[in-house]
Amino acid sequence: MKPFLALIARDVRLGLREGGALGAALGFYVIVVAILPLGLGPDMNLLARIAPGVLWVALLLSALLSLERIFHADYEDGTLEMLATGPLPLEMAALAKSLAHWICTAIPLIIISPVLGLLFNLDPAAFGPLMLSMAAGTPAVSFLGAVGAALTCGLRRGGLLLAVLLLPLYVPVLIFGVASVNAAMGLGGSFTAPFSILCAFTLVTAVIGPLAAAAAIRSALN
Amino acid sequence: MPKLVVKSLRCARGGRVLIPELSFTLGAGEGLLVQGPNGAGKTTLLRAIAGLFQPEAGTARLEGGDDEKSLAEQCCFIGHLNGVKPSFTASENLRFIAAYFEIDDDGAVDNALAAFGLEAIAHVPSAYLSAGQKRRLGLCRLLLMRRPLWLLDEPSVSLDLASQAVLSGVIRRHMTAGGMAIVSTHMPIDIGTTRVIDLGGQSDAAHGVWQ
Repeated sequence: MKPFLALIARDVRLGLREGGALGAALGFYVIVVAILPLGLGPDMNLLARIAPGVLWVALLLSALLSLERIFHADYEDGTLEMLATGPLPLEMAALAKSLAHWICTAIPLIIISPVLGLLFNLDPAAFGPLMLSMAAGTPAVSFLGAVGAALTCGLRRGGLLLAVLLLPLYVPVLIFGVASVNAAMGLGGSFTAPFSILCAFTLVTAVIGPLAAAAAIRSALN
Repeated sequence: MPKLVVKSLRCARGGRVLIPELSFTLGAGEGLLVQGPNGAGKTTLLRAIAGLFQPEAGTARLEGGDDEKSLAEQCCFIGHLNGVKPSFTASENLRFIAAYFEIDDDGAVDNALAAFGLEAIAHVPSAYLSAGQKRRLGLCRLLLMRRPLWLLDEPSVSLDLASQAVLSGVIRRHMTAGGMAIVSTHMPIDIGTTRVIDLGGQSDAAHGVWQ
């Protein structure tokens, strides 16, 4: 357990100290959400209606910007070779690095979401369900993202490929995330059904993601 | 005491056989120099022993070591890359390694820094270190990880003469204490009485053996 926590702590400290990825993700999130109402016009009902979808899509795109960092830097500077001979199986190391990515990217994005919801006239009563659905769905973004990051870690410009690889896999997160917020806003359906599926999806990716990421790293190091 | 046994190891990269067949044993306290021209397969051999590279055939095992651990978990491989994070200071880099490899000894980090003469720059972010200083910082993990088998790929690259002497002293002390070391190098490095494998002669890889 100690190596696992040490790896999470190191990645979080690196993420906060280097700051670039988090800054880019947060900045992108704020800007995308802020300019959309300018393009859509001042129809308050329309904005409130599409707010959950817009926030979720913008969140996924912002998270994509920072995914590359999960493995790329460690691959380039040789740390990954060291981790591969360490006491943790690579699967656990991949899990630790995905969790660290979630902590230093997803949590700030989730926290800022209600503020951006105000720009979209989102009902304050939906703030709680919005943050809850994002908290349940974003770990899947990091777990699947680790797979993409591991597959592209040997590439020089893997960022765009990463988006093409991963966005289709994020569709379930998007659908059930938005559905649960819509239900909480009283737009039909129950909150628990899509929310439970979202949680289940996250749990499945928590198992599959690190396994696939470790296999990809082994082949990248080989 | 553990003993490294390499049996009929065969390595190929990109369809080119680098090491057709290689068998050797390395006992406790022994050192092995791997020599050969560029592209002869020195790095590949070390990576195959460390479990980072999948050989086509053959095995490498540590007999008499900890049976519950794989060879990868009992060796310390240092390749061309140092594994140093530029935004961490020298001591932060090593403290992470100590925590990750479960070294609980408080003085271990300071001792490793002192062994390579890095105490004075322990609190400087590694981004400001020179290539040789980063190399020394990378080598510090040999002492931190306390593993019986050291696999060093061109360890003396970018080291000055004094640091090269420090490094060969560290390797000799490791061998005196019963450790094993496999060092690939073009440059002369004095690690006491050692055996030599010349991959250039053995595999004819300098001219390329194509499948």
